Order: sequence, then C-alpha cells, then structure tokens
Amino acid sequence: MSQETTMDVTLRVWRQKGPDQPGRFETYAAKGVTPDMSFFEALDMVNEELVVKGEEPIAFDHDCREGICGTCALTINGQPHGPDRGATGCQLHLRAYKHGDTITVEPFRARAFPVIKDLCVDRSALDRIMAAGGFISVNTGSAPEANSIPVPKAKAEAAMDSAACIGCGACAASCPNASAMLFVSAKISQFALLPQGRAERERRALAMQKQMDREGFGNCSNEAECEATCPKDIKIANIARLNREFLRAVFCSNEKHPETDGQEE
Amino acid sequence: MTMKLDARIPDGPVEKKWDKHRFELKLVNPANKRKYDVLVVGTGLAGASAAASLAELGYNVKVFCIQDSPRRAHSIAAQGGINAAKNYPNDGDSVRRLFYDTVKGGDYRAREANVYRLAQVSNSIIDQCVAQGVPFARDHGGTLDNRSFGGAQVSRTFFARGQTGQQLLLGAYGALMRQAGKGAVKLLPRREMVELVVVDGVARGIVVRNLITGKLESHAGHAVLLCTGGYGNTFYLSTNANSCNVGAAWLAYKKGAGFANPCFTQIHPTCIPQSGEHQAKLTLMSESLRNDGRVWVPKNKGDRRAPGDIPEAERDYYLERKYPSFGNLVPRDVASRAAKQMIDEGRGVGRTGLAVYLDFADAIKRQGQAKIAEKYGNLFDMYHHLTAENPYQVPMRIYPAVHYAMGGLWVDYNLMTTIPGLFCLGEANFSDHGANRLGASALMQGLADGYFIIPYTVGGWFAGNKFPKVDESHPAFRAAEASAAGRVKRLLEVRGKRTPVSFHKELGRLLWNNCGMARNEKGLREALERIPAIREEFWKDVMVPGSGADFNQALERALRVADYLEFSELLVRDALERRESCGGHFREESQTPDNEAKRDDANFSHATVWEYAGEGKPPIQHREPLEFKDVVPSQRSYA
Repeated sequence: MSQETTMDVTLRVWRQKGPDQPGRFETYAAKGVTPDMSFFEALDMVNEELVVKGEEPIAFDHDCREGICGTCALTINGQPHGPDRGATGCQLHLRAYKHGDTITVEPFRARAFPVIKDLCVDRSALDRIMAAGGFISVNTGSAPEANSIPVPKAKAEAAMDSAACIGCGACAASCPNASAMLFVSAKISQFALLPQGRAERERRALAMQKQMDREGFGNCSNEAECEATCPKDIKIANIARLNREFLRAVFCSNEKHPETDGQEE
Repeated sequence: MTMKLDARIPDGPVEKKWDKHRFELKLVNPANKRKYDVLVVGTGLAGASAAASLAELGYNVKVFCIQDSPRRAHSIAAQGGINAAKNYPNDGDSVRRLFYDTVKGGDYRAREANVYRLAQVSNSIIDQCVAQGVPFARDHGGTLDNRSFGGAQVSRTFFARGQTGQQLLLGAYGALMRQAGKGAVKLLPRREMVELVVVDGVARGIVVRNLITGKLESHAGHAVLLCTGGYGNTFYLSTNANSCNVGAAWLAYKKGAGFANPCFTQIHPTCIPQSGEHQAKLTLMSESLRNDGRVWVPKNKGDRRAPGDIPEAERDYYLERKYPSFGNLVPRDVASRAAKQMIDEGRGVGRTGLAVYLDFADAIKRQGQAKIAEKYGNLFDMYHHLTAENPYQVPMRIYPAVHYAMGGLWVDYNLMTTIPGLFCLGEANFSDHGANRLGASALMQGLADGYFIIPYTVGGWFAGNKFPKVDESHPAFRAAEASAAGRVKRLLEVRGKRTPVSFHKELGRLLWNNCGMARNEKGLREALERIPAIREEFWKDVMVPGSGADFNQALERALRVADYLEFSELLVRDALERRESCGGHFREESQTPDNEAKRDDANFSHATVWEYAGEGKPPIQHREPLEFKDVVPSQRSYA
C-alpha cells in the first residue's frame, strides 16, 4: 500500500427528509480522499464537514463495515452495493474510482423497502418473511445429540452456501420486479438440504412464499440481476429449489396454504 | 446506599453446584408464566437466545434492538468458532478440561463456579444449534468437524467456515422470529435504551428512544435483561460494529448496578492494521487463521524488503521461538503483547511499521490452495477486499486491536446484577472470562447465558418474589423520560464547533496510548486528568445538528460519546488500582524477567466492583474475593 496520493471526488447523494416527503439529489465535494479509504469513510468525511457547519448529516445505515451484518443498503452508481462483485457497499474502497469522478448514491429501491430518511430504508418486510417460516421449530432443550444426525459433507457445504445470506435485500433492490425470491430461496434451500429441516419443509415453503407476496415483492422472471448483485454470491439455483419446494408443498402434501400471518399450530 | 456483593454460589462440589441450584430454584406454574413481562435489550447471541427461550416457556417477552433488524447484532461478525467439551476428536477433552483451560486462560480472575457451569452446558449448545439447522463444518462421514484455537491443546472448536457467529446468530434469530410470528415476542427494532426504571430498589422497566421518530417510549416489566454487548468502542477504533456501545450498562451503573473489572479489555492480535486517520473501525482476522498461518517479522531491525525477498534464515517466527509447545496458538493476550514487543524493537512491517506478518505459504504448499480456501475462503476474500492484497500470494499484515470486553456489569450466579430484577447476559456481564477470554468462548458464553441459564434463574426470580403492580403510568417512568429528554435537550443546545466524532477520536487515542496494550502508573494518572478535561470541552463545544424529535444519527452518536467520556474514567481508574499484570491487563511495573505478565495473587485475587457514588464523586470500590479450589493458580506458561 503506497497511497500517499490524494484525489477529489464528487458525491451526488439522495436526500429525503422523511417517508412522505419528496427527495432530491444534493451534490457534495469529497476533497483530499485517498484510494485506501472506504467509500463509507468518504461519506463520514462529508458528514463531519456538515455537522461542523450545523447542518444535518447524510443519514445512512451501516454497522459492521466488514460485509457481514447486512445493514448497509446503498445503491452506488445504479448498482446496489456498488461495482465490486461479491462485496457489500461498506467493503467498497475509493481505489475503485479516480480523481474527478462523480459517484451517485441512492437508497435501495424496492416497493417493499420504503425510505425512512435520506439513504435509510425500512426492510422489516424481510423479518416478517422470516417470522412466517424461516426457522426449524425446535424448542430450547429438546435437541438430540448433535452427532446423531449425520449430514453428508457436500450437503452441509451446500447448505452453508445458502445460509451465507446476510439479509441485506440487494437482491430485491436489483431486480426489475423487486422480487425477494433469492432471499427467500436461500433460507428455504438451507433447510431443504439439511435433514433437520425436512419435517416442516412444506409448511415453510408455503408460509414464506405467502408472506413474500403480501409484502409487495414481485415475482421472479429469471433476470439473474440478484445473483450478479448478491454480496455473498448466493446462486439463482436456490430459486429453482424454492420453486420445487413450493410445488412439492402444493401438489404432494396435505399442508394448507396459510391464509393468515404467522403459524397455525 | 452501600452495595452488597453476594455471588450466591451454591454449596457443594463444583460439578454438582448447577444441578443442585436448578433443583432449588422455585418454578413458575405454566399457567402463570404469561403474567410475567420480560424486557430483553439487545438481540445478539445472548439476547436472541434468551428471548426465544423465555417466550417458548410462556413468558411475555418484548425485545429491543438498536439495529433495523435483530439479525444484525454484532455477534453476526464473530468468525472463528464456538467451543464445547464434546471430545469428538478423542483427544483428551472433557468438561473439566474446558473449565480448566478457561480459568487458566483468564489468568485466574474468573469465578470458578460460573466457568464450570459454562463448560457443563457447552455440549447442549452444540446440540441445540445443530437441531436449528446451523450448517457446521462436517467430515465425510457426516459427523461434526473440529479445529483448534488459542490457549488449548485439544480441538474443541465447532465452526461454520469463518462465519460461525453469523450462523449461530441466525439460528437464534430464527428461534426468536418463530416466537415473534406466534405473537409471543414483540419486536421493537431501531430502539436505544436511554433509561432504566427502578421502583423501590427493583428494576421494573426501561425507557427507549425510537430512533426513527425520536420519541421516548416507556416499557414496564417484571425483569429487565441487558444483553447489550461490550464497551470496546470506548477506544474509538476497535473491531466492534459502529452501534456497539456502553450506554445501557452505563445507565444501569448509574442506577446502582456494580461495574466489575472495566480494565479487562481484550486486544486481539490478528486484525487488519489501520491504514490512515480516516479509519472508522478495524477488522478482525479470525484467530482460527493461526492454525495454519505462521506469524513472523524480519530478524533485522528496519528490514524494508518485500516479504518474499526476505530469506527464511532472516525471518523470526517469534511465537514458535518463544512458546514452542503452543507456537502460533498462544492465547490472545500473549500474542498481542509479543507483536507489540517486535514492533517496539523496530521490526514491524508494512508502510507504517505497525504490523507483523501472518504467512500461509507453508500451509498452501502442504495442503494446497483449495483446502485453505475451504477453511478460510471468506476471511481471505475479506482481507483482499479491504487491502487490495491477495493473501494467497503475499502474507497478511496484522496488528492488535481492541476486540472484546471481559469486564462488565457484575452479576451473581443467577446472572442478576446488584439491582434486583436487572439481569445481564453475554459480553455485557463480567462473569466467565477473567482477565483474558480464550478464542471461541464468547459465542459459547452468550448462548449458554441465553439458552440454558437465564430460563432457570429468571423463573426463580419470579417465583421467589412478590411484584407490586407497576405499569407505564407509574411516576418513575415520567421521571425517567424527563431525565432522558433533558440529556437530549442539553446536547442539542450546546451548538458548539466540534463534532461528536472528533471527541470520540480524541478519547480513543488517549486510551489506546495510555491504557492499551501496556499500562503504567504515570500514563494512567495522566489519562485520569485528561478525560475530565475532554468531557468538559465536549459539553461546551460539541455540535449536534437537527432535532431530538427526528431520525438523527449525529444525536445518537453524541449520546454514546457522552457515555464513553464518563465510562472511560472508570476504566482507567480500574486499571490504575489493579497494580498487577493479568491477562489483557499488562502493567509495566509488574512483569517477569522475560516480559510476561506477572500476577499478584496475594493482593489482587478478586473482581473489582465499582459503585456509582453520584456525579463528580469518586466511585466506591468493592471486591469480590475469588476462591480457587479446583484449579490451582500458577504462573501461566505457554512455553
């Protein structure tokens, strides 16, 4: 790392006071930034300058800044999480840009993700989908001995590939239909691949699918934007598995399509 | 008010205490459980597992978190693994050995009874997580795989690639969301606790700030569980996520909860070095990497050659040289201090000289790149994203960074603080790790507290006490709301010239220099003088734009920095009073001839517990003496 060099970039940032108010782009100069700075550190820098002037900083969600918590939800130059493949917005560094570049920053855009303020959106729809069925029903204390359930290594690895989803919602934000199928299919796949998840696979598929529709997410039309955008490289093969699980539940089981939120016991 | 410390450790031999205690705890009739309201603050491993388990039992549970979703709590970032005494590898592990390693690793500053219980329930945690569908690594026969971690000579760490915390948290989150879907848990995300409500000496509720609307919301309950993580962010730069803070614990302290051992802060040896002044946080590279990576620096001072150009004979694999029996897998405190020594000798590497190498060349040669990628792929990718260097080709550069808080709110054997009805779980409490936490033990403790301890002890609290009716209309809630509103108003009215972050940075730099990897009397005294001055400046010159009745991230930060500016003084005072070295607390005045930490058991075999004495008054020091009956303290050696 030998970047004593500095550069100037321009940030075009979406500002919006609240959910019901109109938004607009505002332009900010980020001067003297360095290529080894993260993109968020440039936003921090601009915010520090705003605060000193007594102006409200740009609101944006971020937490771990290492690509695992799924909090950040920025669309950077039109791409959710920015240009780096397999990375979140918080992992983007300014070495991806050059002196004089203008970088446009917006929130994730999807009908089910209303804007709260500036770059912050409400993604509680994803939590409600999980509450509908994104779990294995096992009370604390009732688990059998861990090694009594052997799982073939390849299955465990495939389940882990799906389980790597960080729930950021970039799949929905990148999809022309604002579909959350990649998100839902990742959880469905993780549990469909594991013996522990088999007992309630039908109920899970029906309940999660139903809640996804209720939240206003669109359907999958095989654009594969989600796979290209996913910071954790979740594959659209998961969506194929979701469809199979759903059809299996509809045609090959006695499980009823849930008509109400939550679980019926 | 004088604080009484009763640890309520059950009688009898250490291996029987928990069984005996569980039997003696009174039970709540299943039909009566719904009459009890439990408020859980924080949704990391401890909070999510506690909330889910209590709701399963039938209690009414409300869950609060700062993040927009409970799934984002910072446990999600834990990488390496979770310990358990399953002894699947048949390599000599047992509950007693996990207990022994944890007490020794903590440099004999933890409570034996709690640590033994932790080791006892560790196996149930693995069973529970597997049943939830946590995709742990497995062998070809389908059984669970293990790896080794620092401070242990057995392989007892279960892992899901380098994302174990994520997978365990998503398991607990799933259990929590299942209860939320049933209506047994009410979820309140984007809420930050701003007051604890104590009525007649008993914790009966909290006030939270709705981070979207700025509204203060009161919630009454029969028990409050703080599962709010550690205070590492006091140092500004740490591996903690942005929203981790000391606020809830600090509010509890100011309401009468004892704060134990705040000077015990873990500095993790393998983090990505700081690259400049702009840096907002540091990123951990899992300790599991030391299974295959070799730590080294050049033998010669000021050797600025590229690592590949330094021949084998001119490299110093200093951990292997100094600690032949544990090698690169010495505990974190030992590894961090050794790195500091190398850097202080002028043998640091990289542009700033503030780094050592963690080299995988030998492991890649021996096992092949594919095998290394299978074990650590996501960590290597993360390093690559952050530094633009490919660790498959060049050694990683690493440097120690603040990572974990062993200190925290003092709790008894029931995980109850000195305020009746206020419980504290996970990293936020002080109980199990002594002066140094072993790798892969934080996840174990968070889940032990939440899944297997609190469901029993909270029941005991409910069944053993009468609760006068207290709801949100009680005047104590109005007073608490007024106090929180007053703090917000005061901050907004300063209208000074400096940002909250600038004060946080200034404080962090002072703490890192004077109360970081090495501490001495002079530096600590200097910090004790500087902190009140910075605090005074903060209240005179901070600028917080916007209003309190709005989504206002600058205000959120300012409220947290105000807490750090108070808490840090306690941290430094504790470090000053502990005139011995132990674990992560290294007092330069107390070291062996070969620069290892030198404990002083005659004078410091205790937990220091601080009681708030009022604004501007020095806190009152109490001590919980530590008795070691089952693990005989010795000079810790990993050589």
